[in-house]
Amino acid sequence: MNEKKRNRITNIIWYVFVIGFSFIMVYPIVWMIASSFMTDGEIFANPTNLIPETIIWQNYPDGWAGFGRVGFDTFFKNSLIITSIAVVGNTLSASLVAYGFARLNFKFKKVLFACLMGTVMLPGQMTLIPQYIMFNSIGWVNTFYPLTVPAFLGGGPFFIFLLIQFIRGIPRELDEAAIIDGCSTFGVYRRIIFPLMKPALITVCIFAFMWTWDDFLGPLIYLTNTNLHTVTLGLRNFMDAVSGTSWGPLLAMSTLSLAPQLILYAFFQKHLVQGIATTGLK
Amino acid sequence: MTDVKELDDFRKQHRKKALKETLTGYAIISPWLIGFFFLTVGPVLVSLYLSFTDYNILSSPNWIGLENYRNILTNDTRFIQALRVTLKFVFISVPLRLSFALLLALLFKKERKGNRIFTTIYYIPSVIGGSVAISVVWRQLFNLNGAVNGFLEMIGLSPVSWLGNPNAALSILILLSLWQFGSPMLIFLAGLRQIPQEFYEAASVDGANKFQQFFKITLPILTPIIFFNLVMQLIGGFMTFNQAFLITKGGPLDGTLFYAVYLYEVAFEFLRMGYAAAMAWILLVIIAIITLILFATQKYWVHYGEE
Repeated sequence: MNEKKRNRITNIIWYVFVIGFSFIMVYPIVWMIASSFMTDGEIFANPTNLIPETIIWQNYPDGWAGFGRVGFDTFFKNSLIITSIAVVGNTLSASLVAYGFARLNFKFKKVLFACLMGTVMLPGQMTLIPQYIMFNSIGWVNTFYPLTVPAFLGGGPFFIFLLIQFIRGIPRELDEAAIIDGCSTFGVYRRIIFPLMKPALITVCIFAFMWTWDDFLGPLIYLTNTNLHTVTLGLRNFMDAVSGTSWGPLLAMSTLSLAPQLILYAFFQKHLVQGIATTGLK
Repeated sequence: MTDVKELDDFRKQHRKKALKETLTGYAIISPWLIGFFFLTVGPVLVSLYLSFTDYNILSSPNWIGLENYRNILTNDTRFIQALRVTLKFVFISVPLRLSFALLLALLFKKERKGNRIFTTIYYIPSVIGGSVAISVVWRQLFNLNGAVNGFLEMIGLSPVSWLGNPNAALSILILLSLWQFGSPMLIFLAGLRQIPQEFYEAASVDGANKFQQFFKITLPILTPIIFFNLVMQLIGGFMTFNQAFLITKGGPLDGTLFYAVYLYEVAFEFLRMGYAAAMAWILLVIIAIITLILFATQKYWVHYGEE
């Protein structure tokens, strides 16, 4: 009886703490969304407030029009193009490469695998400048290529490793049966492994979407033409242009820019959580 | 004689098969191979070459030997400042974030109703924390008349000029990084769930209390995961760019001039590509030294299971 009572008390303390802490965790996000429906006067009069007196939609069209001559319709279109291409590239190339490492035998496989995993530890700054010089010399600055083509070249160690782990769980008998039936090595990938990898591929798609959508440094370096700017760049310039004057429209566009990520997370959080837990990376 | 010939044929065939296998393998991983050589190995070598030149994009590079390295290490006060700020940021934020992640993972170890919902909520900042939108929000929350100062006034404290004071500015960036403890928390939680319940049962039979169980069982079993995360997050910490570039713009008074921010300025605002390449190499050496030291300390505190 005593034990039971003590358990109940710890349970109550647990829930109070965990719920209270959730509030702190989401406060900045809720604040952003709530303030995007307030006038600037209201935001400044009571900055901690989370409930708008009356819901004002005007910030959204005001922000959407942007500043200067280019609006957020262009920024969203650009981000969507870059992100979709990168998602396709990452998924196709990472799954193929993962299949190679998980199932095939070739010379120097161990060395190459060590190289692949070693790149996890290489700071991005090491390659940033030469890559820029290379892309600049072939005229790719102010095109989407520097942001999309690399996605087709393996998609990075995180995705490849995640998919290798998944492929290892697929019984080899399936490959062997397919080979006996006359499947080529590539055929095994296309007909057996790729379709069976679907859950892991969804994880890759979501992460690829979020990271490309979020990317700031890449667009900052490669896209100087405002017509090509992504949402992240547009938002940064919007922030610098209106800072201190019109927070409402700025927060409205911030909310919109996070909407795709938040919605995807809400629907696919199980995939993401599993992806983090199985690779132990990121 | 025929035996030898047969064996020879067999060997040839075998070799042919192995060659075919290798070629097929390379064809399948070719996207990554191409990327590895053109986007990683090539650029790393080019960056080494550039670091010995005065390349500025506009004119072709001139070999200047160790000049860049000498200037960076002896003649550049902003470099020293960048290094100081980055080290401070990394060595405060990474241990804090990992301890925080571990504490919260422990909280979710026992199955309770709502575990899933709360871990899902706690992971949200990790999904969006690096975005420009959150930088906008952070700037506003920590504004002089923003929400955080509003809360401080509510409990009777005086407002802080978060963006106007170098230490305060650095601390809001540390706070932002702390807010994103979700990933290590999930990784620790996955590790915790794998510890067999029998370990704890045996320990409590022997009379070990909860604290002893934590320090004698849980923590030692988790040390390999902690070690791996420590290494990865230290490396990530040295590369932090977005937040310092967007929220505090490296300021005030270079108080948040992170290494990556300074490197960006040198390379893309002053166009001193050679100098920036040398900075990148120095960064690599610093990270390598810290990683090596960590690996050397492994034998004192990281326990790998005896399998």
